[in-house]
Amino acid sequence: MEQWLSLLDSTIRVATPLVLAALAGMFSERSGVVDIGLEGKMLVAAFASGAAAFVTHSPWLGLLAGVMAAVSMAMVHAFVSVTYNGNQLISGMAINTIASGITPVLGLAWFQQGGNTPQLDDDSRFHDIALPFADALGNVPVIGQLYSKLLSGHSILVYLTILIIPLVSWVVYRSRFGLRLRAVGENPHAADTAGVSVARVRYIALFWGGVLCGMAGTFLSVYQTGSFIKEMTAGKGFLALAALIFGKWRPLPAVLGCLLFAFADALQIRLEGVDLPLIGQIPSQAIQVIPYVLTVLLLAGFVGRAVAPKAIGVPFVKSR
Amino acid sequence: MKFGQPSTLPRWAQLSVLPVLNLLAALLVTGFVTWMIGEDPWECLQLLVSGAFGSGEGIGYTLFYTTGFIFTGLAVATAFHAGLFNIGGEGQAYLAGLGVTLVVLAFDHTLPPLVLVPLCILAAMGFGAAWAFIPGWLQAKRGSHIVVTTIMFNFIAYSLMLYLIGHHLIEAGSQNPTTREFGHNAWIPALHQLAAGVGIQLPNTPLNLTFIMALLACVLFYLLVWHSRWGFQLRTVGVNESAARYAGINVSKTIMLAMCISGALSGFAAINELLGSTHRMNVSFTNGVGFVGIAVALMGRNHPVGIILSALLFGGLTQGGLELSFEKPVITREMIIFIQGLIILFCGALENLFEPFIAGLFKRKEDK
Repeated sequence: MEQWLSLLDSTIRVATPLVLAALAGMFSERSGVVDIGLEGKMLVAAFASGAAAFVTHSPWLGLLAGVMAAVSMAMVHAFVSVTYNGNQLISGMAINTIASGITPVLGLAWFQQGGNTPQLDDDSRFHDIALPFADALGNVPVIGQLYSKLLSGHSILVYLTILIIPLVSWVVYRSRFGLRLRAVGENPHAADTAGVSVARVRYIALFWGGVLCGMAGTFLSVYQTGSFIKEMTAGKGFLALAALIFGKWRPLPAVLGCLLFAFADALQIRLEGVDLPLIGQIPSQAIQVIPYVLTVLLLAGFVGRAVAPKAIGVPFVKSR
Repeated sequence: MKFGQPSTLPRWAQLSVLPVLNLLAALLVTGFVTWMIGEDPWECLQLLVSGAFGSGEGIGYTLFYTTGFIFTGLAVATAFHAGLFNIGGEGQAYLAGLGVTLVVLAFDHTLPPLVLVPLCILAAMGFGAAWAFIPGWLQAKRGSHIVVTTIMFNFIAYSLMLYLIGHHLIEAGSQNPTTREFGHNAWIPALHQLAAGVGIQLPNTPLNLTFIMALLACVLFYLLVWHSRWGFQLRTVGVNESAARYAGINVSKTIMLAMCISGALSGFAAINELLGSTHRMNVSFTNGVGFVGIAVALMGRNHPVGIILSALLFGGLTQGGLELSFEKPVITREMIIFIQGLIILFCGALENLFEPFIAGLFKRKEDK
């Protein structure tokens, strides 16, 4: 029980930034704009929030800076994809490359610590929060344990994420904006004829995507490690993209994909060097590679079929 | 301002003025960042240029980096002509390195160089092509998007190589994740050694025969893409897939073959690096060469001449950037990655950004 709880606990920790990034990607891709720049936006956000939290001694100002940094990158992407009708894939590539270049350069120039930001002190970091009665319920079997060991004791960002998941799901499927979002991603010409501004919807979608990426990046630097480390996103943006495809561009299945990948990751750390009966040791690389292989198989239609929003990647040029 | 409209500029201006303006825009942003971190942009630019082209040694290193970039640039361009965006050059070069390493480790003490090196090249091409073929096949037959699959294949390649090098290929007793040194039979001669053979003194750099192969590859690429039946099919598929299908072109075969050629070309980057310079395989030998290829192809507008010029630019940036980082400790080699990103942004995603302005200038001249 103890072991399972701690395994699930670290699953939640690993999954949080993935979930945020995957939901960010969903906003963008549901509006018809390919977003392979999730990784870059997370990375800039991680740097900006780490730097701002260090300077201002406030995790919240760090979060604000992280969100602003990711949103500004998202707006570059929006300019290329919506206003300029440029190639969205290349723009995403550019954002990733710019992010992995600029963060260590600024980091070294401002903090002289090899491109990282200094370790944050306790006041400038997000902390684990004990939910009410967590201690008291700790000894109640199963439910109490689940509550106190699994649900309690996470950072505020985790709880925000837990609230964001149903909210996003509601926005996409039940709100006016969600209807427009999906219409623009499936058939922008029809949406345009119905009087919806395709450009406006896509800008808004990318904006919220930027906000979510900003939170994801902030989680990494201002909560998890307590400083920005070069290339600290390490493929998490692409993992989130994989989860998004895995969830077939739907919010809840995408979240499940993130949890699955995070579980595999948490499990892999515990299996390091352990001899399993019959199989022997599993190399950690074999587990790391699972999400990517699954995504390829899914895209190829070998396990179900992943159907992307129809208008994805195609610039919308208003017909005259 | 109207973007995304057909260009009204003459072709020469499209191919020369716009890339130069885009490059200037990228340099301007870089200059701004340089100024922001408290350095003199102009002085840094001078150090960069003199580091890359100011000495024989600098030029040798620049051309060595250029070699790899030409190959990966051609690789990306081949796929581009078929309408495919191959982000997987890095993984393909990685797997090609595996092919080379397996051949070398098996035969470097038994086969003479004249047999071994061509065998290595075939292995690099074969492994690179095979790693690109799978996403190509998935795109052609199963309709999965090549960009996402090649991204995933980069990660799969990386994990696979970490495992293979860490568990199987690592030199016995070594702590570093590298193979043993390759036998001399598998070394591709450096140009300074060859030149010394005919009595010419060149500075000692890793620039090797692969550079000549890169130039040859550019000629072959030109002939294949613009002067062969298959090249015509390739470009037709790239421009309009349904028209190509209607014209009786086997689209899926063209896509798969384009990806194989693309992967095989990426493989040569591994030859340049492993047989021409490091002479052993290590975990990070590709060092982003596949990603730079994307910028090279975009900036060179998928034409061999453009690719040579932009590969030279990126080779110079790499070498000059290293020199610059020795002189100015605050400017690291990541600055070069940042410039690469800006070039991808301006020359790729925003390639015609300045078109309306330039078109306006041309129009005014005509009106007069």
